[in-house]
Order: sequence, then C-alpha cells, then structure tokens
Amino acid sequence: MSDETDGDLPAVPERLPIVDYLQLGDDPHLLANECTKCRARYFDRRNACAKCGAVEFVSVRVADRAVLTAFSIVHRAAPGIPVPYVSGIVLTDDGTSVRANVVGLDDPMKAELGMSLGFTTYGCGTDDNGTECVAFGYMTV
Amino acid sequence: MSDAVWVLGASMTRFGRYPDLDTVDLASQACIDALVDGEVTIHDMDILAAGTLFQQSGMGQRVQKQIGQTGIPVYNVTNACATGATAIRTVHLAIKAGEAEMGLAFGVEQMGKMGLLRGGAKEEANVYEPSGRYGAVAPIDGILGTETMPGVFAQAGMGYAYENDGVGFEQFARVAYKNHLHSTLNPLAQYRKEFSMEEIMGSPVQSYPNTLLMCCPTGDGAAAVVLVSEERLRSMPTDVQNRAVKISASVLTSDPWVESGQVQPDVNTLTRNAAAQAYEAAGVGPEDLDLVELHDCFATAELIHYDNLGLCERGGAGEFIDSGAPFRDGRTPVNVSGGLISKGHPIGATGVANVYEVTTHLRGEAGDRQIEGAKVGLAHVIGLGSACGIHILEKAA
Repeated sequence: MSDETDGDLPAVPERLPIVDYLQLGDDPHLLANECTKCRARYFDRRNACAKCGAVEFVSVRVADRAVLTAFSIVHRAAPGIPVPYVSGIVLTDDGTSVRANVVGLDDPMKAELGMSLGFTTYGCGTDDNGTECVAFGYMTV
Repeated sequence: MSDAVWVLGASMTRFGRYPDLDTVDLASQACIDALVDGEVTIHDMDILAAGTLFQQSGMGQRVQKQIGQTGIPVYNVTNACATGATAIRTVHLAIKAGEAEMGLAFGVEQMGKMGLLRGGAKEEANVYEPSGRYGAVAPIDGILGTETMPGVFAQAGMGYAYENDGVGFEQFARVAYKNHLHSTLNPLAQYRKEFSMEEIMGSPVQSYPNTLLMCCPTGDGAAAVVLVSEERLRSMPTDVQNRAVKISASVLTSDPWVESGQVQPDVNTLTRNAAAQAYEAAGVGPEDLDLVELHDCFATAELIHYDNLGLCERGGAGEFIDSGAPFRDGRTPVNVSGGLISKGHPIGATGVANVYEVTTHLRGEAGDRQIEGAKVGLAHVIGLGSACGIHILEKAA
C-alpha cells in the first residue's frame, strides 16, 4: 500500500481473485470448504452440508492437476465474452469437480475428453481503480 | 374400485409466437378447450393449478377471471422446466388426498424472442467488490465456464460421451434430425420443417456439440388437462369414460447430492430416480412403453435421457439412436410430437403439453402422427435446479 494514500480511504488492491475460492499469491490454487463429517467439498458459502447435513467446514486446498471430463465449445455468449471458448468440467487428482475454461489451446477443437490439465491463472479485466481481476483456468500439461 | 386418477380432458394451443395475445388469452383458450374436451365445465372443478415460470404472480386467478371465478383453491406453481408437470402433480395430489374429485391444471408461457444469455451481459463493474456466495467481483459466466443452457446441456452430453462409447457429434445431430422430421406431422408444432443431417451439423454452433438446429426455440403457448378421480369418472357417461386416460404414475423428484453437482447440474440421477419410482408405481417397464415424450431441450439432453429412462441398455444411448429405435417407426418412439426442439418449449406449458401428446395418442386421436395401437406412454420433463416430473399414462381398458 502506498504511503501517500489518504488515511481515511481503504487500500486499493493491485489484484483481486474473481471469486473468493481462488487463492492468489506465489502459489495460486483453489480452496474448498470441506465438510468435517463427510468430506464433501463446496466452493460457495454453505449453511450446512448438502450431503450429510453437518454444519462444520474446514478450508482445504484443491489439487492442481485434473482431467477433462466434459466440455463445450461456446460460440454464443453474453456480450463482452470472447468466443469461441472452451468451457470445461474437470476432475482434479483429489476428486473435486471444477468448472472453468480450458485455456491456451490454439484451436478450441483440440479439446479432448480425458485430456490431462493443470491449474493456471490469468488476468481478466481491470476496474476503475486499476485493480486487476484474476481468473483461473486449466491448460494442457 | 381403485383410487386411480384419470385424464378427462386435454388441450394445447399450437406453440409459436403470439404477439397479439397475452398469457391469459393463451391459458384461457387451453383451459376452455380442455374442459370442453372432457365434457365438463369450470363449475365441476374443485381445484386449479397454474404453472408459469416467467409471468407475474397470480396467473391462476387471472385466468379464473376469464373462465370462471368459482372460489376454488388456486395453486400457482413454478418449478423451472418442470413447472407444467408440477401443476399436474398438484392436482393429482389433491385428488389422491380426497380433497378434490376433479381439477384443472394448466401451464403457460409467453417468451417471444427473449434471449436467455445472462451473467456477462451486465456491464463490467467499475470497482471490484466481492459479492454473493462465491465472493465474485465480476460476472463469471464465460470466464469460469459456461452458465448458458446450450452449454450446460452440451457438457451433460459430453460427460455421457466421456463415460460411454459410441456417442459423438453425429449421434447428437441424429436426435435433432429425428425430432425435426417428426414435427412435420404435428399441426401443433412451432416448426414443421425437415432438415438433413448436413443442415443440422452445419447450422451455426451455439455450444458445441449443440448447433442451432439442435436447440429448442423460445416461444409462446399453453396446455391444460382436467383430472378426475376414479370414483367420479365411473359416474360419467360411457363415452366420456372411454376417452379417459389413466395416470398410472405421477412422480416428482429433485436432485440428490452428487460430487459434481455444485459445478454442473446433474440431470441424470433425479431422472433415473423418477423413472424407477414411476415404473414401480405403474407396474410397467420401459419395454412396455409405446411412446415417450421426453425433455429434449437440446439434442444432447435427449440422448442421455434414453439411458436415464431405461429405454436402452446402460451406456447404450448412442447405439439406441443409431439403430433407429426412437424414430416413430422404431421400437420405442420418442418425441413423435417433434419434441421441444421443434414442437417448441414455452417453459411453463411444456410439462402439460407432453401429457397432452401422450394422452392424444392413447385415445387414438393423434391424426397423421398417431402411433397405432398405443396403450402405454411416458411423459418426462426436467428443470434445472433441479426438478424432474414423470407421468406414465395408460389407455382405458
């Protein structure tokens, strides 16, 4: 944080994750809320576990490596979304399903079911304060 | 005497676009026609259930003001794409519970040419601030995968392809080919045009593998059914009894927890559960079905529901469509109406329209598209969220 910042104003972050389950830093990764009773994992805030009903969760790191179990090559999207892009459902090595884009393919048609992928992050926009929004995706390894 | 519930009257408007009518007009027309079809009046009804997803609340009461304000209880229901089936289920439950002898259920929607793209359509935030249950600072649709319906159902189909052999772009396209072909015989279908496989596979890609001709259209329409208790039916004229169709199973399920459910809606498990319950209740199996109207919002969806409804061997949906089994002259005709892909999908009306279609065939009144000798049929819808409705219908003995 700059020393020149007015003391009444909050610090302006340089980067923010697009969702709070994306952990930035030197080793970006995903965090899941894991049920302490049945180990079901969730990315969003939960009042109780949808699988077993328990109400206690711990934050756990999600594995970076994954395989592509389903995808769609999206050609028609909301305004502002570059198309085509590859939307994927991946299953991480620790058995967590994640939805994200498959990035880094020079041709979307090269997406293949079962392909091995690794976790990555990239900037996806900047706000009026100059804060960068950071998204995550998966790319071939 | 059994405690079965029967379809006494059924009707649907042609699905399409009605810029000069409103939802009350469409629903009222379907209701009046269903009452006439059942040779009863609104004064015979003990309950009314109204299904709509996008319209303002109080749809049932608004329709009552056009077809008869008799003071009966009205249940306005919404349950995603299973809304219409839920309206039917509501009346069915009331009759089963002994609180009603006869009731009217309708579904209606007026979508026009509304687009369903969302999420990223919002202007980018000027200042990022976390909000919502994911603490998102910006719309995530298109950034963290797709939330659009063609994409979600494309992924559902591709997930099936990942787990099973013999499923690919061509199999999905063949589903659309079949349903467009079937719709040419249905005067109530929104579109009635045959397309070649090349045209379907070559039409603009929405979300691969779903091309434009593999996606249902938006549209307007309404459908209605009159349900009656067995006891009340037996007091009616013989010709009315003979046209009544028995509801052998009425089932509604929601999606149980699955690991991947938080990132990709699971449209399979609740359908499989509903099918198992329905077959058990009806005492029939998939091999007994003479026709099926299932929820083909996208070609990828229909294919996986062959498996979910047990119409094919586990994992055999690709072979099932390739064999011609779900064509109208095949082993188990599926979506002989043209399905959602070509008949149309005004969401609230769809679940009722599926029951109308099966009922019409079991009565032998389906005209050019009639499945000859049909005695047992199944109507299925699924709405994301999720809800699945299945009704198994049987021709009067």
